[in-house]
Amino acid sequence: MASAEVHDKIEDLKPPVIQVGVIGWIRSNLFNGWLNSLLTLVTLYILIKTVPPFIRWAFLDAAWNTSGQACRASQGACWSVVTKNLRFIIFGFYPYHLHWRPLLAMIMLFVLLFLSRERTNWKPWLFYSWLVGLAAMGLLMRGGLLGLEPVESSQWGGLPLTLLLSVFGLAAAYPLGVVLALGRRSRMPAIRYLCVVYIELIRGVPLISLLFMASIIFPLFLPEGLTINKILRAQVAIILFTAAYIAEVVRGGLQAMPKGQYEAAESLGLNYYQTMRLVILPQALKIVIPPTVSILISAFKDTSLVVIIALFDVLKTTQSVLSNPEWMGFSREAYIFLALLYFLGCFSMSNYSRKLEKELSAGEL
Amino acid sequence: MKLAKLLIVMVAVLALASVSMAGTLDDVRAKGYLRAGVNGSVFGFSMPDKKGVWKGLDVDTAKAVAAAVFGDANKVKFVPLTAVQRLPALQSGEIDVLCRNTTQTLTRETKNGLNFVHVNYYDGQGFLVPKKLGIKSAKELDGATVCVLPGTTTEMNAADYFRSHGMKWKPVVIENTAELNKAFFAGRCDCLTSDASQLAAQRSVAPNPKDYVLLPEIISKEPLAPVVRHGDDQWYDIVNWTVMALIEAEELGITSKNVDKMLKSKNPQIQRFLGVTPGMGKALGLDDKWAYNIIKQVGNYGEIFERNVGVNTPLGLERGLNALWTKGGLMYAAPFR
Repeated sequence: MASAEVHDKIEDLKPPVIQVGVIGWIRSNLFNGWLNSLLTLVTLYILIKTVPPFIRWAFLDAAWNTSGQACRASQGACWSVVTKNLRFIIFGFYPYHLHWRPLLAMIMLFVLLFLSRERTNWKPWLFYSWLVGLAAMGLLMRGGLLGLEPVESSQWGGLPLTLLLSVFGLAAAYPLGVVLALGRRSRMPAIRYLCVVYIELIRGVPLISLLFMASIIFPLFLPEGLTINKILRAQVAIILFTAAYIAEVVRGGLQAMPKGQYEAAESLGLNYYQTMRLVILPQALKIVIPPTVSILISAFKDTSLVVIIALFDVLKTTQSVLSNPEWMGFSREAYIFLALLYFLGCFSMSNYSRKLEKELSAGEL
Repeated sequence: MKLAKLLIVMVAVLALASVSMAGTLDDVRAKGYLRAGVNGSVFGFSMPDKKGVWKGLDVDTAKAVAAAVFGDANKVKFVPLTAVQRLPALQSGEIDVLCRNTTQTLTRETKNGLNFVHVNYYDGQGFLVPKKLGIKSAKELDGATVCVLPGTTTEMNAADYFRSHGMKWKPVVIENTAELNKAFFAGRCDCLTSDASQLAAQRSVAPNPKDYVLLPEIISKEPLAPVVRHGDDQWYDIVNWTVMALIEAEELGITSKNVDKMLKSKNPQIQRFLGVTPGMGKALGLDDKWAYNIIKQVGNYGEIFERNVGVNTPLGLERGLNALWTKGGLMYAAPFR
């Protein structure tokens, strides 16, 4: 019993309040020196000056679902520009009564992407469900079968178009980039120089000029009367462009592989394809996950450049709403909404890459 | 092996392409729809509405062409184009007609190999100023700061105007229309210059539109007209006379509402126009009901104007130069005979 009392007394001795708990944390992190104290105070001042007015503007005084005239009268943000035009911003020219089709296609895409998150799901059934899902999405967007009204690709727009350009752009650019990287390190001079020339040519021009070429110059070379779908042209330009960048990143990974790995694979009697598929690429691709993801993210954002060739992606539909006199001038609200959309896309990509890295423990290398 | 395959594909593509070298009218008929290039972000001229349906004066002009060719104004596919894309798109055959507020100029007709048909909107560059400056004429703008979009004829016209009148000016160049408006309404410049039709739209979104006035001077001529390719005279005639038909119908007092009644009119001009007396449509290679279809489905020029840009729209434009010649404007159709 006596020893228990001693224990009690020891526990009664708490450290001073100013060293632990909230106050301690504040002291050691925010006010541990005159410079940091000053910075803290300045930051606090800026926050107090900006956050409450922003909240007042964005939420308290905001108009959520009114006409443009009512918006002009109010002091706060005019979210009506988004809510009133949401269907046009999201779906563009897709026939109004058929909006459920792109919506369903997008939901399918998200479900498939979500299922593909877990590597334990990477089994044949997932592959087949992608095949079925892609076919179903194509059918939903295009129509023309099973009693679905046909919808031309020129009427596609908004978010489905952005997703189409980015998901397919990235999905096609990645393998192409890997092939180019392997080609650039090939022992066959013809293939090597071809890949070098391709990569350097594409990397030497900005994406905008590629899009311009695809949309303006390319059709002039085609024989009269033959035209190639505008979306397809932009899609190809995006794929070619992104692939060149991925190729260089992957090459970095390939060069990081110690020579011993190649030699070990060869001494096991593996041929070139087996060496690459079983030994080199799994390791190399793992190393380059972070730079690859940043390229994929920037490619996702770059799809908005199709605005300059007048494809109505989600940025262009928003801009188009803003040129309507009723909604002119509410660009802040509309662009904040767009920024949120893009942020969601980019953030989930980088989130996923962190998860993947952890699972593959690439960080340890 | 791969090279051989590639060659086969290329030859096949060429063969496929050479089939469709017939006239534009036959092409359009074979396709079953008209492809019209439009702007896509000019309210009142060509812009999608909330439901993604195309609306505007240029859009209705293209619809009129479709009504003339197919008897169905909805057989049009609109291709939104940027200022840079519009002429190559027409040259390469990606579109059949361009209705994208394009100014008719000499070099565009000659160097670019294009033909402009009858003008469907007479525009011109003007100035918008705040009322409180008390300015009555553009000649009083000496030393003004002027908000203007870069890289357009607008900027050059303004420079020409100020130089030729011996006045100084300070351009404030802002790339984006929305930002340009904001700068002007925030008082960063004394006046805003653009095409008069645009200025009307910009004024309508001012915090208080009555605080701003349009100056009377119009400093440039901007005849906006639909465009077709050189070298297909039949197609040129069809598009040209479609625009004229819109104007002629207004002059004859035929509207989308009374067109059926007008079929019984005793006036020989109206009988010829609506195809009651046959001949006009055949001469163009179209159905004799072509003009009837246009007016019935799209309306005459006056109706199109009032519906899209007229006094009761947010743009609130007066007819001005776009009134009929009988009412002091420039809209004048050659006789239908």
